Amino acid sequence: MSNEIADKVKKIVVEHLGVEEDQVKPDASFIDDLGADSLDTVELVMAFEEAFSVEIPEDAAEKIATVNDAIEYITKQKAA
Amino acid sequence: MFSLSGKLALVTGASGGIGAAIARQLHERGAIVVLSGTREGALQEVASTLGGERVHVVPANLSDDAQADGLIARAEEVSGQPLDILVNNAGLTRDTLVIRMKDEDWSQVLKVDLESPFRLARAALKGMQRRRSGRIISIASIVGTTGNPGQANYSAAKAGLVGMSKSLAQEVGRRGVTVNVVAPGFVETAMTDVLPEAVREKLLGNIPLGRMGRPEDVASAVVYLASDEAAWVTGTTLHVNGGMTMV
Repeated sequence: MSNEIADKVKKIVVEHLGVEEDQVKPDASFIDDLGADSLDTVELVMAFEEAFSVEIPEDAAEKIATVNDAIEYITKQKAA
Repeated sequence: MFSLSGKLALVTGASGGIGAAIARQLHERGAIVVLSGTREGALQEVASTLGGERVHVVPANLSDDAQADGLIARAEEVSGQPLDILVNNAGLTRDTLVIRMKDEDWSQVLKVDLESPFRLARAALKGMQRRRSGRIISIASIVGTTGNPGQANYSAAKAGLVGMSKSLAQEVGRRGVTVNVVAPGFVETAMTDVLPEAVREKLLGNIPLGRMGRPEDVASAVVYLASDEAAWVTGTTLHVNGGMTMV
């Protein structure tokens, strides 16, 4: 299950930020490594919400800075 | 120039003088127009003057949060395509001097004239940002800049629209979405018909172009800002007031 989530997260990041798949490493920061701006990160979170049917509140969204942060948060939500 | 062929435009307050003129001119330029407002019969009348083609009526009461939040989705559903142009035109007045202004005079005007444009813009932006294109145009008023006795609520809301639009323009500029304001001066509509004759005379004396505005004068400015030709214009307020106030 968690691999499925990881693959889907990576796919969304590739699509939204227009980066190469091998750049999307687990510890890659959206802003520092993948060239996202603040609006990109909001759009990413909205895309995650839509793709995984989860609600990501503002304070949680602020803490999602890396690819792994996103995978972990969504995995936790899906398990709950 | 200024073709809007195939674009979907939503006009709120479309049964009013200015709203109907905006809808008509957008339609003339080829847009598919969704007319919204509270009075369905009056909206249907406007729709029939547009010939019934490329026009939809979606009534909504913008003082209701849920209706405001859902209007964009309804417009897209009824027309079957994503929204390109949002025109926040709906507005109401509850004029009275501040000392006599009731809480609901204040809150109702702020609700419809400022909060509902925020709600509509927020809903519209989700799709516009993703598609990397869109136009958000809000109709403010010269009194948002100059103030006007008896209109503390209305001028606060209209000034608020300008500040909101400037912030929004900066947030979404990189996404190809422009956010602008058209600020009419004194235009002949039901809203200004109620002015006493002496007030009208005095107003006319202050207008270098020597006449009251027509709804079409405002609509043309909206068409420009909605067009591809205005692609490099954002966060601005286009004053359409016959030169009455030059800002």
